Order: sequence, then C-alpha cells, then structure tokens
Amino acid sequence: MPVESVFPRLEPLLPRVRKPIQYVGGEVGSVVKDWDAADVRWALCYPDAYEVGLPNQGIQILYEVLNERDGVLAERTYTVWPDLEGLMRETGVPQFTVDAHRPVSAFDVLGVSFATEMAYTNLLTVLDLAGIPLFSSERSAGHPLVIAGGHAAFNPEPIADFLDVVVLGDGEQAVLAITDVIREWKRTGQPGGRDGLLLWLARVAYVPRFYDVSYHPDGTISKIVPNRPGVPATVSKYTVMDLDAWPYPRAPIVPVAETVHERYSVEIFRGCTRGCRFCQAGMITRPVRERSITTIGSMVAAGVAATGFDEVGLLSLSSADHSEINEIAVDLADCYQGTNIGLSLPSTRVDAFNVTLADELSRNGRRSGLTFAPEGGSERLRKVINKMVTEEDLIRTVTTAYASGWRQVKLYFMCGLPTETDADVLAIAQLARRVIAAGREAAGRRDIRCTVSIGGFVPKPHTPFQWAAQCEPEVVDARLRALGGALRADRAYGKAIGYRYHDGRPGQIEGLLSRGDRRVGRVILAAWRDGARFDGWSEHFSYERWLRSAESALVGEPVGLAWYTTRERDYSEVLPWDHLDAGLDRDWLWQDWQDSIAPEGAAEVEDCRWTPCYECGVCSTMGTEIQVGPTGVRLDGRRLLPVVVGR
Amino acid sequence: MPEPDPRSQLPAVQHLVVRYAKRGKMRFASHRDVARAFERGVRRAGLPIAYSAGFSPHPKISYAGGAPTGVASEAEYLSLALTARQAETQVCQRLDAALPDGIDVIEVTDLDPQGQGGAGGRAALPYAGGTGGSSPRASTALHLEASEWRVVLPGVSPAAAEQAVASFLTLGEAPVERLTDKGVRCLDARAAVVDMTVIDADEIPVDPDGGQRVATTGHKDCAMIRMVVLHTAPAVRPEDILTALRDGSGIAASSPPLTTRLAQGSRALLTGETRS
Repeated sequence: MPVESVFPRLEPLLPRVRKPIQYVGGEVGSVVKDWDAADVRWALCYPDAYEVGLPNQGIQILYEVLNERDGVLAERTYTVWPDLEGLMRETGVPQFTVDAHRPVSAFDVLGVSFATEMAYTNLLTVLDLAGIPLFSSERSAGHPLVIAGGHAAFNPEPIADFLDVVVLGDGEQAVLAITDVIREWKRTGQPGGRDGLLLWLARVAYVPRFYDVSYHPDGTISKIVPNRPGVPATVSKYTVMDLDAWPYPRAPIVPVAETVHERYSVEIFRGCTRGCRFCQAGMITRPVRERSITTIGSMVAAGVAATGFDEVGLLSLSSADHSEINEIAVDLADCYQGTNIGLSLPSTRVDAFNVTLADELSRNGRRSGLTFAPEGGSERLRKVINKMVTEEDLIRTVTTAYASGWRQVKLYFMCGLPTETDADVLAIAQLARRVIAAGREAAGRRDIRCTVSIGGFVPKPHTPFQWAAQCEPEVVDARLRALGGALRADRAYGKAIGYRYHDGRPGQIEGLLSRGDRRVGRVILAAWRDGARFDGWSEHFSYERWLRSAESALVGEPVGLAWYTTRERDYSEVLPWDHLDAGLDRDWLWQDWQDSIAPEGAAEVEDCRWTPCYECGVCSTMGTEIQVGPTGVRLDGRRLLPVVVGR
Repeated sequence: MPEPDPRSQLPAVQHLVVRYAKRGKMRFASHRDVARAFERGVRRAGLPIAYSAGFSPHPKISYAGGAPTGVASEAEYLSLALTARQAETQVCQRLDAALPDGIDVIEVTDLDPQGQGGAGGRAALPYAGGTGGSSPRASTALHLEASEWRVVLPGVSPAAAEQAVASFLTLGEAPVERLTDKGVRCLDARAAVVDMTVIDADEIPVDPDGGQRVATTGHKDCAMIRMVVLHTAPAVRPEDILTALRDGSGIAASSPPLTTRLAQGSRALLTGETRS
C-alpha cells in the first residue's frame, strides 16, 4: 500500500505558523527508509513540542536501535503547537512524522515516550490529529498500536484507556521484543486480529485492557486482576544489563531548529541508589549500571565527529558517582584541550569533589554557574528525604566553588515535603545568607551570586513517598511567599540572592496525574476537550480548567482532586500501580516511608554501591546486579592503577 | 583566585567567501538556524575554523543579510576565517556534505588567493563599497547592493500580474506597513525597486529539491514576477512589495507566495545596466 507524503498539503500552512522549521525534518542524522522494504514500522512520539522532544535521549536511542535493523523503520513525530494544530484541523492535514511526512495512522506502532505526566493531554492531541480513536477499545486492526513508555508511564493507569500497550523500564530490548511479536503476527496471517496481537504482546509488556479494576464503596481499589487466561498477574520492567553492548545514540539527530539542549549527551551510567525518598527516577531505574570509561570515550569521539556539537554532556542521575568519573573528566578534558569543545556534568551532588570535577571540565572556559540540589532547607528535613547533606558540607562545597572562580551557585529545593513546617522552608533563607557570606570571604569579592530555585514536591508512584499526602497548593504558595520575603529581608544580601519558584497549583495537577487510577482518564479527556494543551508550559496551563474538569468528570464518584492528591494512603490500600513491578519490595518501600517519618527522627539509608545490600528487592526480583568499575583503563590507552575517588 | 586566562586562539590565515543556497524545506530555516547549521557543519567537515578570543570563543563566520524565514535563496553569502589554508574546491565539497540537504554550498572563493594579506585580513564580509586588494571576481560578487528575487503567486493570472506591475512602476511611492517585533513599521516599497517584470513559467529552472514546485501545481493561474530590489535600511522585503501590489491592484495569491532570491550583487550587475 503506497503511503503518500503529507508535505505538499502541509507546506502552504508553514508560512502561517511560528517556528515552521520544527516541522520540516531533514536534519543531519535523520533517516528515511524505504517504506515497502520494512515489515514493522514505528512512529516514535515525544508528546511535547519539537524543541523539547528532539533532544530526548530515549527517542534518539530507540530511533537508532530500530533503524539499524533490516525490515524495521522508525520515524519521529511531536506535538504540534496550537497554531499549526488549528490550521491542520481546518485543512484536514493529519498528524505526520517529520522524517518523511508520512501520516502517523499508516504506521504499525505509535510509540510514545512520557518524561512527565503533564504531557498526557498532548497524547490525545496527537491521537486525534492522527485520526486514531482516542480509546483503545474503539481501535481496529488497521490502526497503529499505541504504546507508551518512559518514567511517567510507570503508572500509566490514568491514560490506560487510551493505550494499547505499556513498556516499563529500559526501551532498547523492549522495542525489539515488540517488533518481533508484531512481525511474527503479520507473517502468520494476523491470527486473532488486533486482540490476538495484544494477547501475544501481554507476554512481553503490559496490556491494560486485559486487567479489570474494581473499587470499594469508599472509592479505593478493591483489586486489579487479569481478565484473560495466560495474562500475568504482574508485569515487570525491562532492565538493560550491559550498557557497553548498547552504545546509543551513536550519531544523534542534529536539529536545524533551536532546541532546549544543544549538545552530544552520553549516559555514563543508568540507575541510582542514593536512596532519595522523593526521587522516582532513583527508585525505578535500579540497579546502577555503569558504562565503561572506554565506551564513554569512543562514544564521545564518534558522537562529536558525527554531530558537530561543541558541547558534550555526561549524563546520569548523579554523574559524579561514576566509579571513574575523575579519570573520565581528566582524560576528556585532556583530549579536547584546545578544540573549543566544552564538557558538562549536568547532575551533581553537593560535594566539594564535584567542584574539582567541574573545574577540570571547565579548564579553559568561563566559570559561570554551578548547580547543587540540597532539596530540603533544614538538616532535619534532608534526613526525612534521605538526602544526607549537612549544612557544613554545603558551605564547604560552595566555598570551594567561589574560591576556584565560580561566580554563581544555584541551589535547588522542594517545598511541601512530608513533615515539612514553615520553619524548614524559612531555613533556606538562612542558608542562602551563609552561602553568600562564606562565598564573599572565600572569593575575596562581593559580586558573587546565589540563586535559590524551589518548586512544589509531588509524591510519585514506586517511591517511599507514594503513600504520602501531597501538601495543599495554598500551603506551598504561602511558604514560597514567606521564603521570598525572608530572602529579601536583609539588604546586605538582597541583590546577591536570586529567587525562582514554581507555584503549587500545577504541582497539584501533576500529583493527580501521577498517582491517579483509571478514573482519572475521564478528567484528562474532559480537560483536553476543554482545550488543555501543553500543560507543562505555564503559559498554556490553566488550573481552573483542570478543577472544572475534575469536578465534572468525577461527579457521582466518591473520589475527587483532593482524594487523589492531599490524602495519605495506608499500607493496606491497593495502589493503582501495584500490579506493575519495578522490582521494589512493597514492604521495603513501606518500611522506608515509616523510617522517614519516625517521631524520633528519620533513619538513614546508605548507598548499596558501597555498603551491604539492604534488600530493596530490585536485584533479587529482576535477576540484576550492580555493575560498577573501576576498570583501571585510561582513555589514552595507558593502563594505570585504579585511582581512589574522593567521596 | 582569578578566573582562568582566556584561551589563546590560532590566527586566521585564509578568508573564504561561501555562496550557498537555502532550498526546499530548508527555506523555513531562520538566520539563526542557518548560522547554527554552519557552525556545526564546519566542525563536522573538519575545517580548521578560527575562533574569536575570550571566555566563550565563537567560530569566525560572518553572514551577509540572510533571506527571511520561509524565503528560498540561490545566493546567500558568508565568510569563513581559517587557521590553515585550504583548497576552495575541497572546502566546497566537504562543507556541502556536512550540511543538511537544502542548505547547499554552491561556490567557495578565496578573498586573497595569494595569501598576501590585504582584503584577506578582514574577518567580516565587505558589503557595498571598496574591497581593497581582493581579486576582481570577489570584488564584483561582493558588491551586495541589491537582490534579484523571483516570486511565484499561485492563483494570480499572468495578465493581472502584468497590470499590477505596470501600475506599481508608475507610482512615486508605495507606503506599506509591516508588523515587526518592535511594532508596526512603515516603509516605502517603491523606492527600493529598480526593476520588476512578469516572467514565463518556462523561464523557471527546475528546483533541485522539488519542494516548491509541488505547491504550485494544481493552480490554473500562476504568475511569476522577477524583481531587483535595493538593500536599503530599513530593508524592504519581497513581502512588502507584494503587500503594495495587493494594496494597489488587488492581486493576492490563493496560497502563500513562493519567493526565491536568485542573485545578489551590484545594482548594475543585476539590472544588466553598464557594468562598473
């Protein structure tokens, strides 16, 4: 069946929209394969604007993994901005891929990667523009399979009715497993039709329609059980166990349009076991799996040559924790000295060692700003969240930074954490003043700055805080206002301390979408029909629209916005994601939650990379293990003794 | 402790003028998009590009005023400063291969082929005005006083276009307004136009990328106008002239006009008047 490009119909619309370059494709690194030579065709979607979606590592990795295979084709599609959406509806132009401008409805799979729950409404825009029925139950054999993945799909229940399949965990092997199933189903004459295919896929992924959810009269879930024989009671996540065997992306797409990240990024390890109790990423990506220094070195060299980027990002959840980060930093800085290629370490902990690393990476460049995330304002609160940073650690770290020439330090915090009081948040002002005072002394100059950045905490599934009551947005906003006042109170520091905050209301909607069940799907649909688009963008987000939608969509139910967000859950309650297994032992999570709020003070959990296993459950259930170096290899090939990295 | 010393950069020893095209889908790239593509392109091509000194060194590439977003071009210019001499044809091939399809390098010219300094010592593109000791060829090419544009107007009959052009050329002035980021700007569209004719479809070369031709098919009427417009300050764009044609004679395209810059150079060169 020939599939025609929609570009001739799209082209006349482009002079009428903002940033038309986002819709034309043709980037260096993009791939257009022969449609007829492929038997399984994926449209990979990042459900946000191109400028945000293009640099997404997940999509870039899967695009390469799929396109490297014979007989498999992958193209990309993003959510179009409302101006183009309007024109496409007017003229009947369907959702298209940017690679060959093929209609998304012609593909076998629409694979959607969710980094945030706030993109759920954008999924509906994409489906609707593609001409794919919004509800899985209304689709037939001719429609693409709608498959979700990504961190925000670890509780896909709020969008379960709109999805056919969900992948938990790492995507590299999962997309190939799904591809094989689809190919086999097609080859054997599509046995059982769409339902038959979904039954086969229920062996390798989560198929929401094969699970029935029932509720107690009080609104809590009674049970979630398979409704077909052969469908497993729980579904496990995928874990890639050898990152060196999956060195992607090798040659990521280089956008012509301006995007949010303009660099070649290499993941230096996956997973994190620091045990921060609020952090969903750190819980669902266990265990830690390092990429070796040699693979990192060859990926960087090839990636820079293929893309022409002038910045290399060393990505992970806590980059300074790589067992050979010092060697990586020094060797890469040596390699690229004099080349105008910059190196960056986006996620770093509060640790003076990280300043030394940053110094190394910025050897020749300007030392503008360093970012640290103490997350909690008081030491007591940092114990609650298991982010073990003392005030002395922080002062020592920033003093080191200012002394080595860094002018600005950004500090990230959260507001509305469990057990938090006004005093915990106000302590941030105190801390910021100490930072400036110590910094001025260390730098010997007054023009140093510290920016406090703070947002509302949203409890996430698969974390110890999944049972916690989310703080009311009014309380969050009052504390943020009080902190602003306290930061401005002392003239001696006024201009040296910057303040950025996100108000609490979008956080409450994120909370609804994060811990919601299938009934929340009705709210999402109502909000989308009421015009919700790009909810992650403050200029598009409307709290009132979501309140209205929650009210109308849940009328007659014993549940509502507050029930989903500000209500604490107890041990016995069935959580909407209890049948989805990230490997974490539920009792371990519960005990960790209890430990965090213990009246005598929170108990600390160490990192299992350098202390004995505390049995969070992941490795034993998933058959995985920690993979860390050091390897003792240096990037120039010289073998050196392993260097002990200061921690 | 003081901040680290600014990197010392290798000096530029060669300045090349690059003529490139913005074709097909890539006509939707903005000036900044094109600039980013070239910065990455020179690195992918492995060219020894010179960098500015200072804390955030930038590759030394200077751009002559680019065609607006959405407008195609066969005649965009920039200059590259290199730290080691390269053959022009080599740079042309390598750079073209390293750029996205549609941003195509047409010609690379050494401003100072003997490497004796003079004009080659400049990093910036010489606009209209003397070009000192550079070769006659570069000197001619870089008198970028005016542009020759071709505008395809779908849904407009050639006869109506003839009439509109004739009446436009009799005007003493043609004030038009354009909405810019800084508010409404008033321009005289007539003053910048030194030549304007309606041309036959046969005169149009095949677009190598095919993109624009697709959009023009299916229209019974399709007028094409060729015009030479001076580079004035503030700049008068082809869209301003189309506004004046619409205001004056009521001709309006049924779908967005397709505009291509065909050439840039001296007024005399583009109008075929006596060459200076």
